[in-house]
Amino acid sequence: MPSFGLGHLWFLLIAAGWTIALSAIAFLGGGVLGFFIALARISESRLLRGLSGAYVQLVQGTPLLILLFLIYFGLAIIGLDQLPALIAAGAGLTIYSSGFLAEIWRGCLQSVPKTQWEAAECLAMTRWQRLTRVILPQAMRIATAPTVGFLVQIVKNTSLASVVGFVELSQAGKLINNSTFQPFAVFLTVAALYFLICYPLSAWSRGLERRLNVGRR
Amino acid sequence: MTYQFEFSSLLPYWREFLDGVWLTLQLSAISTVLGFTGGALCAIARADGPPWLKRVVGAYVEVIRNTPLLVQVFLVYFGIAVLGIRVDANLAAVLALVVNVVAYTCEIMRAGIESVHKAQVEAAECLGLNRRQTYWHVILRPAIERVYPALVSQYVLLMLASSITSQISAEELTAVANRIQSDTFRSFETYIVVGLLYLALSFVVRWAFWGFGMLVFTRRRKLGTAL
Amino acid sequence: MSAVVKLTDVHKSFGPLKVLNGVSFEVGRGEVVAMIGQSGSGKSTALRCINALEKIEQGSIEVCGHAIHGEKLDKRALRLDVGIVFQSYNLFPHLTAEQNIMLAPTCVKGIGRREARELARDCLNRVGLADKAGHYPEQLSGGQQQRVAIARSLAMQPKVMLFDEVTSALDPQLTGEVLRVMEDLARGGMTMILVTHEMGFARKVATHVIYMRQGKVWEVLPGHRLNDPDTPELREFIGSDL
Repeated sequence: MPSFGLGHLWFLLIAAGWTIALSAIAFLGGGVLGFFIALARISESRLLRGLSGAYVQLVQGTPLLILLFLIYFGLAIIGLDQLPALIAAGAGLTIYSSGFLAEIWRGCLQSVPKTQWEAAECLAMTRWQRLTRVILPQAMRIATAPTVGFLVQIVKNTSLASVVGFVELSQAGKLINNSTFQPFAVFLTVAALYFLICYPLSAWSRGLERRLNVGRR
Repeated sequence: MTYQFEFSSLLPYWREFLDGVWLTLQLSAISTVLGFTGGALCAIARADGPPWLKRVVGAYVEVIRNTPLLVQVFLVYFGIAVLGIRVDANLAAVLALVVNVVAYTCEIMRAGIESVHKAQVEAAECLGLNRRQTYWHVILRPAIERVYPALVSQYVLLMLASSITSQISAEELTAVANRIQSDTFRSFETYIVVGLLYLALSFVVRWAFWGFGMLVFTRRRKLGTAL
Repeated sequence: MSAVVKLTDVHKSFGPLKVLNGVSFEVGRGEVVAMIGQSGSGKSTALRCINALEKIEQGSIEVCGHAIHGEKLDKRALRLDVGIVFQSYNLFPHLTAEQNIMLAPTCVKGIGRREARELARDCLNRVGLADKAGHYPEQLSGGQQQRVAIARSLAMQPKVMLFDEVTSALDPQLTGEVLRVMEDLARGGMTMILVTHEMGFARKVATHVIYMRQGKVWEVLPGHRLNDPDTPELREFIGSDL
């Protein structure tokens, strides 16, 4: 039986690169989708509010694992089973993060006092102008800390992409463990690599939050 | 597109689905109770313990919160096996979930404890309450009440995340789904059904927590403040 | 008969700031002592030292036979003898008025719930809030909350009661209802030390008024003589208030 060595570590490092790539895809895709869903959540149209609300409930009420299975088998049904695993994993994580980011950002948008909307309205701004010139700049300041915090959730949840056959950090660890059966060495290394990616983000998010609280005082 | 949806071949498996739901609920309930207790104790240790304990708990919380649950599950399951102890997958699953949720609960409870004003503690001391009594009556109870919504969200997430333990073949809902889809070759339909079951579960769990909150937090019930 | 509260040459600093600079006074049984002075003169700090909420650096404090400055101070025993009411009420927000009052008697004295409830009703009655037993603090006005806080303290049957600017957060109308409760207590023979800005109340109710200035007891005089002080500083202080 081979023992856990440098070659394995190299394999893990490359897999960690894929974890970061997948996280970036999920954040960018989820960010764009989530932004529009957040806008729909505070829209004046009841229909849009209802639909986007249902979407968020659906995404937040189902495990990511099930979402990934559904996309994987769904793609196969429409004949796209030859696509690289990265696409299926990216799509699943995009939907997942859009649901959560939309809800985080809706909260930030609504935490801007109503009087700001009114003040902007009284200056004869259109709804779009009110949103982009007055509300968004204020909401973004509040949103940075929780958004960076959610990045950590995304990175951690890419570990589930293994179920659609994508070899990222966790899956790589599992493969190595299958051949070496040294779970402590393998998974502690894997955990350490995740920690190295996630901890700076967590610390950054906390720092942002602290600065925001000081600024408000 | 020519795909024919066909849910009827899943019907014979209704008992298995229910068993999966039941085990998911059990896993979540046990992990929630143990996780809450452990998390509250950790939060107290972190707020008021000796410096070394504060550091240990702080490090534990950071490590857990910055690594994936899946890796934690693998570590517990394969780690126990390599130590030569034979453990049932369900037990390993509970163990991993508890280790995980204790850290999140600790962080939420810490925020709650910090939100209790110092003057409250002073008032309790001046009434002659000892440390334990002060902690329970004046710090923990209002702290729990304040962070209850955050705790509920966390425990709903826990219920959903328990699906991850299917990866070490704990026999909960997702593992049941994996088996049924390989029996029936109706993968898409199986996961639609299971997705809906989880959705229903998340509503039921939320609703149960809401009811429990109304029962326990009499002030909220009486003043009609949203929980 | 010895004093219930006795401070001897008490010193206390917060960092470089000297707050108490050799404070001495005595309070006898059944006396009502009002401490007045500018903010920062040390009166609230002196009060907090009496209840061992602050540590003193030099001097001695004795309260009902407890040596506050000593190493072997039994804080629990002290607090069974001393009640304190704060400016910010500090009621427990998750408990009703009645539960706020019942908490310490059941926890600390081990009184049964039924008896504690009767005690609570009794104390609420004394502060004129018998009808608010089931109300939560946030449902009560500031004055009502402060009266509940007084009742909560009373329920422990303390030998001395301390009042730390208890009406400072209240508007004049609500101040009146709290002061009336305190006046009743004084007339009932309770030993009381209060830090206050209410000169009229001090004049009418206080056995002695202690004027604090620059961390020292500047002048002590009977309440009824408050209009006619000896030192020019107190005269000016009172003049600025009238």
